[in-house]
Order: sequence, then structure tokens, then C-alpha cells
Amino acid sequence: MDQHAPAPTRTEAALAGTPPDRLPGALARAWDSDFLWSFRHSPVAIVSSLVAVAMILAAVLAPWISPQNPFDPAQLDLMDGLTPPMTPNEISQRIFILGTDPQGRDMYSAILYGSRVSLLVGFASVIFSMAIGITLGLAAGYLGGRTEALIMRIADIQLSFPAILVALLVFGIFRGVVPPAQQEQATLWVLIVAIGLSNWAQYARTVRATTMVEKSKVYVDAARLIGLKSFVIMVKHVLPNVTGPVLVIATINLALAIIEEATLSFLGVGMPPTQPSLGTLIRIGQQFLFSGELWILASPALALILLALSINLLGDWLRDVLNPRLR
Amino acid sequence: MTQPVLSVRDLRVEFVTRRGVLKAIDGVSFDIAPGEVLGVVGESGAGKSVTGSAVIGLIDPPGRIAGGEVWLSEQRIDNLSPEEMRRIRGKRIGMIFQDPLTSLNPLYRVGEQLVETIQTHTDLSAAAARRRAIELLTEVGIPAPERRIDGYPHEFSGGMRQRVVIALALCAEPELIIADEPTTALDVSVQAQIISLLQRLGREHGTAIMLVTHDMGVIAETADRVAVMYAGRIAEIGPVQDVVQNPLHPYARGLMGAIPTLAQDASRLVQIPGSMPRLSAIPPGCPFNPRCPHAWDRCRIDRPEPIQHGAHKVACHLYDLNDPTAEAHKVLTHPPAEEGVPA
Amino acid sequence: MFAYILRSLLQGAVVLIAVAFIAFSMFRFVGDPVANMVGQEASMADREELTKHLGLDQPFPIQFLRFLGKAAQGDFGISYRQGRPVAAVMAERLPATVELAVLSAIFATVVGVALGVYAAIRRHGLVANAVMTLSLVGVSLPTFLIGIGLIYVFAVELRWLPSFGRGETVRLGGWTTGLLTKSGLQSLILPVLTLGFFQLTLIMRLVRSEMLEVMRSDFIRFARARGIPNRVIEFRHALRNTMIPVVTIAGLQLGSVIAFAIVTETVFQWPGLGALFVNAVQFADVPVMAAYLVFVAFVFVVVNLATDLAYLALDPRLRAAPTAAR
Repeated sequence: MDQHAPAPTRTEAALAGTPPDRLPGALARAWDSDFLWSFRHSPVAIVSSLVAVAMILAAVLAPWISPQNPFDPAQLDLMDGLTPPMTPNEISQRIFILGTDPQGRDMYSAILYGSRVSLLVGFASVIFSMAIGITLGLAAGYLGGRTEALIMRIADIQLSFPAILVALLVFGIFRGVVPPAQQEQATLWVLIVAIGLSNWAQYARTVRATTMVEKSKVYVDAARLIGLKSFVIMVKHVLPNVTGPVLVIATINLALAIIEEATLSFLGVGMPPTQPSLGTLIRIGQQFLFSGELWILASPALALILLALSINLLGDWLRDVLNPRLR
Repeated sequence: MTQPVLSVRDLRVEFVTRRGVLKAIDGVSFDIAPGEVLGVVGESGAGKSVTGSAVIGLIDPPGRIAGGEVWLSEQRIDNLSPEEMRRIRGKRIGMIFQDPLTSLNPLYRVGEQLVETIQTHTDLSAAAARRRAIELLTEVGIPAPERRIDGYPHEFSGGMRQRVVIALALCAEPELIIADEPTTALDVSVQAQIISLLQRLGREHGTAIMLVTHDMGVIAETADRVAVMYAGRIAEIGPVQDVVQNPLHPYARGLMGAIPTLAQDASRLVQIPGSMPRLSAIPPGCPFNPRCPHAWDRCRIDRPEPIQHGAHKVACHLYDLNDPTAEAHKVLTHPPAEEGVPA
Repeated sequence: MFAYILRSLLQGAVVLIAVAFIAFSMFRFVGDPVANMVGQEASMADREELTKHLGLDQPFPIQFLRFLGKAAQGDFGISYRQGRPVAAVMAERLPATVELAVLSAIFATVVGVALGVYAAIRRHGLVANAVMTLSLVGVSLPTFLIGIGLIYVFAVELRWLPSFGRGETVRLGGWTTGLLTKSGLQSLILPVLTLGFFQLTLIMRLVRSEMLEVMRSDFIRFARARGIPNRVIEFRHALRNTMIPVVTIAGLQLGSVIAFAIVTETVFQWPGLGALFVNAVQFADVPVMAAYLVFVAFVFVVVNLATDLAYLALDPRLRAAPTAAR
């Protein structure tokens, strides 16, 4: 169970609740730190981080580990169509772990490639909203006055509207502005921007609060006196202080972003069927809800739930451990 | 001697943490007689407040009473069921907390909170309870109580709020009041009023008061007897005048030396070097030994038990008449270390 | 107190104007409104006439003011896709969304508060812990999957409830209601559960954590020291203090139920505003998008105002004139 134990004796020591004595000083301290201690003693954290890491790895390695490229028509055989999971196909006798769709596409491969798209959009949009949020938060906290009032007001309004609505609007504007021919290939980027734009406010709030605390400290004045750029100095002090809260927000946001992307794709305003994410796969699979080929719907749905749930549980655990004052 | 209102025998309170069991209170014994004010003094973390909470049965997990007995008059109360203990709280033991600003529920009128408490512990009708509430407010010195009873807590000043808190503690005429730092959060000018109010109420009703504070000045003015606590134990207990003017325990001496008075020779204003050990690192023997200028080998091994010495009880080997070497150590053999005594 | 209400009103107005500005900018700058209305074959004269008619030749601020004036009267122009006035299209679909949203909000609040209080009081209980774990699973479940799951269980497998639409509706003046027929009520069950579920878990977790926070406060400790029975402490002292932060956040959440309905309506093919909006987004039907945005903001502002008033009723510190304090 305990993945971080280098040797059995240390596992025993860890289970007994005492730090293993053969570790060097710094390592032993890290090992015994509250953070790792609670990780080692939280089965939920261990299991969910394992699941999350496994799914992320599988998505990254999809081109190498998936049985077929589900979007290369040459690799698909219509004969394999609608094969149930773990049952040999009546004609080709081939077995597919998670079954196939009507085109004979292996669902397992489709999910690996689908979660690749989902995770790409998720991570990219989190980084995007983090960048916007931290920048605006720093600006608001440091500049104060009207800039701050404006930024925080926008953040308030933004936070009170559901992210999905904001993302849909961005998407609608995109549909209206970009010519239809170029829409399909730009969708991925639009999704990242749309989801990123709908989630920056929380970062901004947290960073602003920390910035205001730091700004009032003496060293900012001191730095100014000796001619240093106080903003630069302050940023250097603020960023380490917000790592904890930002990490918590980012983890929970990653789960939210993945769900948001899936929702948009499910609504038909996200990834197209030629480049499906988990949400697109679910949208396609929904057509089989009434006809009995449930696996086409259930397998991407389960993959999405597992991914979102494991990241969420991890985020929840992080929040309990780091216990930042989230605003 | 009359039957004490409160009698605490060898009380032990532990907090179970992942780093081990911390002994917050380790073998504390004391009595309070009817109408008596016992001051409990010590640094923060010495176990004063925990003692108060243990007496009234409000130690929450991970804390627990690990041993000893608490007697209220004739009744042993430390082993009662939660429901039996609840009936005693507020009826036979009243409690006053440090911060009057946060002790009252902000959403209910002062009168509602008083009537609620009165009706919990008596059979009075709503109207009679309200009359009693007004009486109580009058007694604690709130002007225009008939009007103020319908005010919300935020409409009262800090001192007035503490008076309301005291009225709430008095609702059922308890035998004992535990006042946990009742003046710490108040302005200096208000502190004296609250203290004299407590004193007057204690005298008029014969209520025993356990006054927990870190302020020796308050104790010296108010208390009949004082218990000096250090690292979860009572270092010295005795009549307040004796302890203040002639402290025996080296820690108590340091503590008294830390109160400046006009008449005093300035050279007596000494600081105790070092700081009180954390609960997780209490040294064996006498907990004060690393900071004590008199400490010798025995103090590092052998835990001192309280010894009757005149009117005091003191937990220090210096006063052990059975130890022939003790007398020699009363003379300072080495000056107190200036700083850096490991805690 | 008066100042407090005035301030919330003012804030609401600012939000509305800001959102209206975004809506107007979308309408004005996303695509060419004239081309969208008259089609490709129209003559230059036709186009100019329409430009004049829409006021698009006027300066920008005047255009915005005209937009505001018309919006206040419910005039949002013509839907590009349906060729009918946006107001008429939306009025048709309003009852479906309102019935769904209001029932979901009631369901989420009642069940959410009850479960939250229970989970806080029985903090270490088995049931409470199970509920908490399930709620975390619930937060991770995308709404559309909950809907699909419910359809699968209750419509496909058990065949107890319909899987789409509103069922039979009754006309009451300009309002069509599904609340008066058996099939209308049956059709509501699954969408209400779906839409309410997320808010429910959120409110429940919020109530629990706020209540635990309140239970740690000094006045609760003092109430215990006064010997007040636990039930009274929990339901009288703790619950009311819990509700103050809960009302704020839950109010905001419920204000957005209308917007959250977008997903639920799509899953259940519910003929409401959310489904209309998704269609509008797919086809870049900007007038409908703009109108929907203003509508959601309006609901949000109204709910916010109601929240502020509820606040006033709950917290005596706000009711007091500022001078009376101290």
C-alpha cells in the first residue's frame, strides 16, 4: 500500500508512526513532515493519486500503448462493429476489453485518446486561468485603488455566473466570428480559452489577499528605500506564500475543467467527433442508451468519472492538509 | 474547617495527539471553601484553563480526564454521565469566559439567552423567568435593565457584555463560579469594575470562585488563596498574602519578582531565564529544574510532591525536611543563567 | 438599514448594466447583424435601410442607450435562426425553465440543509460519513452523466418515468404548466433530481462545514457551560448562526440554477430557455444569446436582492442603525 517506502524495514517504521532512523536528516524531516505523514495515513489520498497518475500516464502514452489508432480508418474493420466487452466477435473472433462501436472502433483505444484530449484541455485551461488569475490578483493587490476595485468587481460578477455559461458565451462568440471552415481545427484552443476565462477569479482573490498582506510589511518599504523595485521583491515574497492555496485551487479546478470540457462537448459545442474528448464520446454513446449497446456509453462515462473523482479527492485531501484560507 | 465547595484530588488531563500523549494536567489537587476566591495563576500553557474546563466537564476530545477525582460539595462529579454533568453546569457551577464579545450568541436578545438559561435549570414560568432575568441584570449593575433586556449583544459595550455574561453564570445561584481570564479582553478601567463585581457577588451569595488568570495583580487584589501552576502542576498554593510576600517555590519567587511595586527595591525585579517547556518536552523530575537556580541532581530525577510548609503547600525539594542536603541548596550556588536555557 | 437595501439595489443595477453592455457588444460586433438579418441576396438599399432602422449608423453610446431602452421593454430584436422576435421565442419557453428551476432549488435547499445539519451533528456517525463521501462523488459527477444515469435506471430499465419532454401541459393564460397533469409531474421528477443534485451536495457540504465552525465558537462553548441541552444548542444556537453564511452562498448558487438548467434541459430535451441558448450558441444566434444573458443576470440580481433581505431578517447586527452599536 505504501508506495513511498524504499525498504520493508522503513515501511514497518512508517506504520509504527516513527520516522525511519536510517534516512539522512533532510529526507527524514520531509518523511516525517505533516504533509507526507498525512499522505501516508490517508488511503483515499494514496489510492486517488495512484488512479490519477495512472490515467494521466495512460493518456500521455496513448499512441504507444493503445491497441489501435481509433481515428485511423485504415485500422478499423466494420466487421468488428458493436462487439460487447470481453466477448469474442462473432466473425473475426477478436476480443476487445471494452467492446467496440458501430465502426468497429476499439472503445479502450478511443478512451485513451479521448482522455488525452480531455486532459490536454484541462491542464492547458488551468494554466491559462492560473496565469490570468495570479497576474490580475497581483495587480489588484499591488496597485489598489480603482484598478483593484474594477478587477475584484469583475471577479465577483464572474464568480456568481456558472462557469459553463461563461464558456458557452465565449464559444458562441467564436462561432459568430470565425468562419465555419476554420472552426473545427480551432475548437481545441477555443475550449482552452473559454474554460480558462471562466475560472480565473478564485486565483485572483487568493493572490490579491496575500499581496495585500505582503504589501503592508516593512520590507517592501525597505526595498523601495534602497532603490530596489518593490514590485519585483514583493512578487518574490507573494508567490511562495500562495503556492499552497493556488495548488489546492488548481487541483480542484483541474477536475472542474475536465468536467466543463466534457459538458461542452456533450452539449455539442466542444470537440468534434473527428477529434473526440471523453465528453464527445459520451455524446456519441448516448445514442445507444436505448438500444442496448450500453458499453459504448458506459466506458467513456466511467473513465470520465474516475478521472474527475480521483483528482477531486486529491484536491479535497490537499485542502484538508494545507488548510489554506480560501476566499 | 468547613466542607469545601470544590475538592480536586490528583487530577490528570491528557491530550492524545499523533506525537504521543500530552499531559496537560498532571496530578493537581486543591480545595475551595464556600465564599472563597481561589486564584489560579501561571503562564499560558501551564494548565490553568484546562483545570477549569476539567472541573466543569468541558474537556473535548482529543483531551480526556485521565485520572483523579473532582468533588462538588458531597458529590463526585468527574465520573458523571454527560447528561448528569450538563444538569450541573450552569446550575451548580457557573462559568465565565475570557472574551465577552464572543461569549454571547449575536443573534438572540440578551433576555432570550437569560430566560433560556433560567428555564433550563428552574421551573419558573416565562414571565417569572423574565422578572428574574431583570433582577439579575440589576444585580450585575446594568442600568435600565427593563429596557436593556431586549437589546442584542452588539448593542452592549465590552464591560457591559461581561456583566451580562456574569448574570448568565449566576442564573441558578451556583455554588461555584469558574472565571477564566474574565478581564483579559477588557479595557484596564473596566477590569477593576468587573473584578470588584465578582468579589461582591461572591461575598453576598457565599459563592466560591475559581479565578483563572495570568495577571498576578488581579490575583493579589481579589483572591483569598492562590495556586501557582507550572507545566500542568501546582508549584505552590497558599494564602494570597503569604504567597505574594513570601513565595517559597523558586518559580513563584521569580513570578512575584516580576510584579513591579513602588515600594520594591528595583533589584528584585528579576526575569526567569528560559521559558516554560512545551507539554511534549516536560523534563523528568521537577519540570522547573532547567530554569531553576537552585536545582541539584535530585531535581532532575525525583519529582517533588507538595509539602506543607507553614500555610503554604509547595512542590519543591528545597523544603523537604527529610533531605539533609536541601538546606545547603537554598543558598544560590550558581547565578541564574542569562539566556539560552534549553526548554 | 435603508442604506443597506439601497446599496444592494445599486449593486444590482451596476451588474445589470455591465451585463447588458456585454450583451450589446456581442450583438453589435459578433458577425454582421445586417447580413444576418437580410441574407446574402439583399440589395445595398435594403441593407442601408435596415442599418438605419436598427440605428447602427448612430454613434456607439447612443446605440447602447437605445439597446438598453429596448431591453427594458423586453425587445431584443429578431432571432437570426427563427426569424421571430426574441421576446416571443423566450416567453414561450420561460414556463418550462422556471418550473424546473424553482422546484430544483426547493429540493436542493430543503434536502441539502437537512442532510448538512445531520452530517454536522452526527459528525463521526457512519451514515453521516457515508453521506459526506457520496457527496464528494456527487460533486465529481458531471450533471449530464447524472441525468443519463437516471434516464437509464428509471426510464430505460424500470420504465417508471418518461425520459424526455414535459409531458402534458395545461395553459393558464400565457403560462403553460406541467404541474397540473400526472404526466407533467412525472416528467418533472428526473430533471428536478438532476438539476438539484449538484446544488444539493454543495449546500449540504456548506451547511455542514459552517455548522461545525459555529459549534467551535465561544458562544456555543458558553452555552454548554450554562448547561443548555445539546438539542437546543444545535438547533437554536448553532443552526441560526450557520444559516447566515449559508444564505449568502446558497442564494448565489440558486440564482445560477436557471443557468445550470442549460445542461439538464439538453439531456432531457426539456423545451426551456437553456436548450434554446445551447441552440443559439451552436448557430451563433446572437440576439438570443444576448437576451438570454441579460435574463440570467436579471434573475441573478433579483435572487441576490432577496438574499440580502433574508440576511437582514436573520442578523440583528445589520438591522441596527449604525449609531446604536456600542
